[in-house]
Amino acid sequence: MFNIFKIALRNLARYKRRTFLTASLITVGVVFVLVFIAVTGSFKYMMIGQITDSFVGHLQIHKKGYLASIDNLPLTLNLNPKALKKVEKAISETAGIEAWSKRIKFGGMFSNFVETTNIRLNGVNPDDEINTVPLLFSRIKEGDKTIRKGEILVPELIAKGMKVTVGDMVVVIATNKDGSVNGKQFKIGGIVESATGPGGRDGYMHIKDAMEVLRMEKMDVSEIALRLSDFNALHEVHDKIKGMLSKALNKAGKPAFEVHTWEKLSPFFNIARMIDVMTFFIKIMLIAIVLVSIMNVMIMAVYERIREIGTIAAIGTMPEKILSMFLFEGFCLGVFGVLTGVILNSGVLYVLNRVGLTFDFGRQKGLILSPTIDLSDVWVISAIVIVVSVVASLQPAYKASKMEPIDALRHV
Amino acid sequence: MSLVTAKGVSKTYLTGDIKVEALKGLSFEIEPASFVSFVGPSGSGKTTILNLIGCLDKPTKGTLTVGGTDISHLKRRTAASFRGENIGFIFQDFNLLPVLTVFENVEYPLLMVQNVPSDERKKRVMNLLSAVGMIEQKGKYPDQISGGQKQRVAVARALVTEPKLILADEPTANLDHKTAYMVIDIMKKMKNESGTTFIFSTHDQKIVGEVEVIYVLEDGELVDRQVKGGKGNV
Repeated sequence: MFNIFKIALRNLARYKRRTFLTASLITVGVVFVLVFIAVTGSFKYMMIGQITDSFVGHLQIHKKGYLASIDNLPLTLNLNPKALKKVEKAISETAGIEAWSKRIKFGGMFSNFVETTNIRLNGVNPDDEINTVPLLFSRIKEGDKTIRKGEILVPELIAKGMKVTVGDMVVVIATNKDGSVNGKQFKIGGIVESATGPGGRDGYMHIKDAMEVLRMEKMDVSEIALRLSDFNALHEVHDKIKGMLSKALNKAGKPAFEVHTWEKLSPFFNIARMIDVMTFFIKIMLIAIVLVSIMNVMIMAVYERIREIGTIAAIGTMPEKILSMFLFEGFCLGVFGVLTGVILNSGVLYVLNRVGLTFDFGRQKGLILSPTIDLSDVWVISAIVIVVSVVASLQPAYKASKMEPIDALRHV
Repeated sequence: MSLVTAKGVSKTYLTGDIKVEALKGLSFEIEPASFVSFVGPSGSGKTTILNLIGCLDKPTKGTLTVGGTDISHLKRRTAASFRGENIGFIFQDFNLLPVLTVFENVEYPLLMVQNVPSDERKKRVMNLLSAVGMIEQKGKYPDQISGGQKQRVAVARALVTEPKLILADEPTANLDHKTAYMVIDIMKKMKNESGTTFIFSTHDQKIVGEVEVIYVLEDGELVDRQVKGGKGNV
């Protein structure tokens, strides 16, 4: 084995320029793919983090049918205290949940005493909410970073349109689930920045204020947002809690609750999937580059060494050894390309992180990317390139091994 | 018992639609430890008969045995194995592997064909390099040595597996007069020391003058057999 390896390396060194060019092509391909994965991956995870940590949470639990009607924010599909108890029990029995927050979501009218507009609001317990979506307070552009009783956090677009600012008094009017209308005066405690996705332009108030506006005697909750201690366990926790809650049936004999991951709740998931599809096609391109370049160079190598193949075959070298000599050459080219590619990629990522890539997404401006790459991605790309290098060498190597020595020796 | 026995060996090639009869019913015997040459003009079939004896090609008709094995119908892998064990080759263009040193070229058949252990390999290679006078050049690559030196390395490579038979196709064609004699002397010395049979195909009178038996070919037929010190018809 070592001797075949040695001969393969010497044959590669024999055609220095060709080896260098082919390995360079592979290197460029590897660098391109790894940098692409690092940049798009960091963009994807940054955006997922922004969405889940700003307002969505990792998981949400609703009464069955709520999500389909979420645009109307129906109070009739809230979880009553009995249902809430079942959910709380399921949460307490599920491992891996770091925090959770009850929300009363409702639509209402927002008046500055001069003009009136409609508004979507979340009544939350500030401590629970900040533990569940820790970036919420960082979205408060003006005012104190908290939610006090008697105060309201107004979405920036409404604040701008209604020409209100922190400290102003406003009135929120809402219809409760019995159909009666109630209003309450609030002081604007802060202006909250918009975030991309549904719920990203909602206002916030204390959950007790929401109960007061909606004249709730007992707390009927629209949704429960959950934060996991390990985001990678998302589907595992989802399945577990869903399984536990599926035992609770409604009057129609169907599950009384629905549990959704952020993927079902945010349209960004489709963008994330598109990034995965693009990454897949970039990998296909890399495979094509490696396949064509290695196959080309190995076909040339076989063609140029026909008499040598004839000589070693005449001496008695078995076909499988001739085959492995050429396979090793392809393998070595792949390994060389991968090694230099991975090293260069580290350099490129270092430079990108030093320079600081900024981008805008929706209304979020100046997001800074910090491209990093998982070791698993490096291993996968390296394995793909090396395997494809060997596969690309297979046809020329097979041809060499099947060559009749007498024909090969006659070759001029 | 003869080392090589040919009975009615014919070889026909197809060149397009045209049949070319390269050999026409050749029958001969070659004794072990002999120094034999096939001579004749170009196209007479010298290289073809060497290729058949070397299991590089198969006869169209007739039987050919080497060391008691009928090699007329050997399969590809069996033929490769037979060559590796029993036959050494010396080529007109030396055919050394350019990426291997002199030492490694001679070592190659032991390492890649016969899997001889390291110590034994080294001993045999060094003995042969010493015998052909190439010990000083053992670390050099083929492009760093002369044609005569390359052919001496090729002789060592052919002998290193201790084959019964060495086939040499025009071994002196690319060598000058003096070098050619030196190479012939080495081969003769090796034949005497190891008892290996050398079969040449050649035009070269220097070799013809040194061999013990000469087979004369013309148009694929064996027309004469000359034994040193006398002349006898086939």
